[in-house]
Amino acid sequence: MTDLRMISSTTIRAGAPFLARVEAGQRCRIVDTLGNEAVDAFFFNADHPIERYSAVDTIRAQRNVYLTTGSTLLSTENRPMLTIVADTVGRHDTLGGACASESNTVRYAHEKKFMHSCRDNFLLALLSERDDLTKRDIGSNVNFFMNVPVTPEGGLSFADGISGPGQYVEMVANMNVLVLISNCPQLNNPCSGFDPTPVEFIVYEAA
Amino acid sequence: MNETSSAPGLGPAVLEETLPAGCHFSLVVRRGYTLRLTDLKGGANVGLLVFNQDEKSERYNMADTLKAQHVSRLAQSLVLYSDMGRVMMSMTHDDCGWHDTICGTTDAAMIAAQYGELDFQTARNDYRRNGRDGFLHELGRWGLSRRDLVANVNLFSRVVVEDDGSMVFVEDNSPPGSTVDLRAELNCLVVMTSAPHPLAPGSTYPTGEVALSVHWTGPAAADDPCRHSRPENERGFRNSEAWFAQPAGGIRA
Repeated sequence: MTDLRMISSTTIRAGAPFLARVEAGQRCRIVDTLGNEAVDAFFFNADHPIERYSAVDTIRAQRNVYLTTGSTLLSTENRPMLTIVADTVGRHDTLGGACASESNTVRYAHEKKFMHSCRDNFLLALLSERDDLTKRDIGSNVNFFMNVPVTPEGGLSFADGISGPGQYVEMVANMNVLVLISNCPQLNNPCSGFDPTPVEFIVYEAA
Repeated sequence: MNETSSAPGLGPAVLEETLPAGCHFSLVVRRGYTLRLTDLKGGANVGLLVFNQDEKSERYNMADTLKAQHVSRLAQSLVLYSDMGRVMMSMTHDDCGWHDTICGTTDAAMIAAQYGELDFQTARNDYRRNGRDGFLHELGRWGLSRRDLVANVNLFSRVVVEDDGSMVFVEDNSPPGSTVDLRAELNCLVVMTSAPHPLAPGSTYPTGEVALSVHWTGPAAADDPCRHSRPENERGFRNSEAWFAQPAGGIRA
């Protein structure tokens, strides 16, 4: 076990956006501090962000739709971006995508249009800090701590979370990455237990 | 129509094309027209991306399609959603019962590893094309780029997810003559590659053909089965129709 030194720890408030750079070789840990939170996360090559996370290439390469320890998150160029090195939950989703005002009108009701959403967080984080990244650059994301079972019959649902207080997932960066997070504000399904809470984003490097 | 298909007659085709295996193509299918694809020899795969021709930053979205309809695959009476809450295309007919949405496409390295590399200098137009390059060839024609290359549909292909999450390719999902109809609910730019499915087994590069035709069928009627297959879809169709509430269109859901 490598000795690690913590170099930053950031609390991401419930429903808040977050954008950070993690260098190749560093580790980042996301802690579900109070449990049953959904953390929508997307990744870019920090040096050349047209290369970004690809959910379908990631799951096809590992021949499994769930992410856990040992999963390597692949880019749109089929290159390793991050590898999950610790996971106290057991599995994470990458098919359910991020909530948006627009998809909320479809999934729940047109009256939900003006509720806060992960898309608003993603767009605000990118558009307020970057001049080169827009909606076109956002693909299907990872949903850490989220439980989206897929059945052999072709069904898919958002089920009650399987995470709890203090559970975490930890990744080592295989390249310099930009980590884009929305601490999910969804109140219409059980992905955040109908009560979104803060999470912790911690970066470590070899001591 | 081929005897293995139960597809309904659609009236005269306004456009017809035959897409050989491994190739790539794109066209605009305007609202109310239906794109019919027929797998002439069986075992085809058609990677498909869809963009709103009126506002091309709006595009087919795998996750929104799946979670709106509580499915991991497409079949008759299901629809393709954009990232903007609108129904883009409706699968009004389907002989296969399953079209993959979660495996993406092939790149040059994957094709070379599975089938062996065969380039143009060696094989002329029988060179072994891959899905990613096919998409890029077509996206580039419409001013789009790598940024617009997102998770695609794989028509005619079936990949089952077991209870432990493992993904298994199912052969013989599409017998010869299998037909799928996609009716456009927006003005749709449809981008296609007929390169093999990324999880297809075997080492023989496919040689089939897919017939394409476009027919006027009108947009979804009030009692349309796709509109009513899920309560979510009723709202998705409303969002699509709102796009056309003004003659030149344009509102967000």
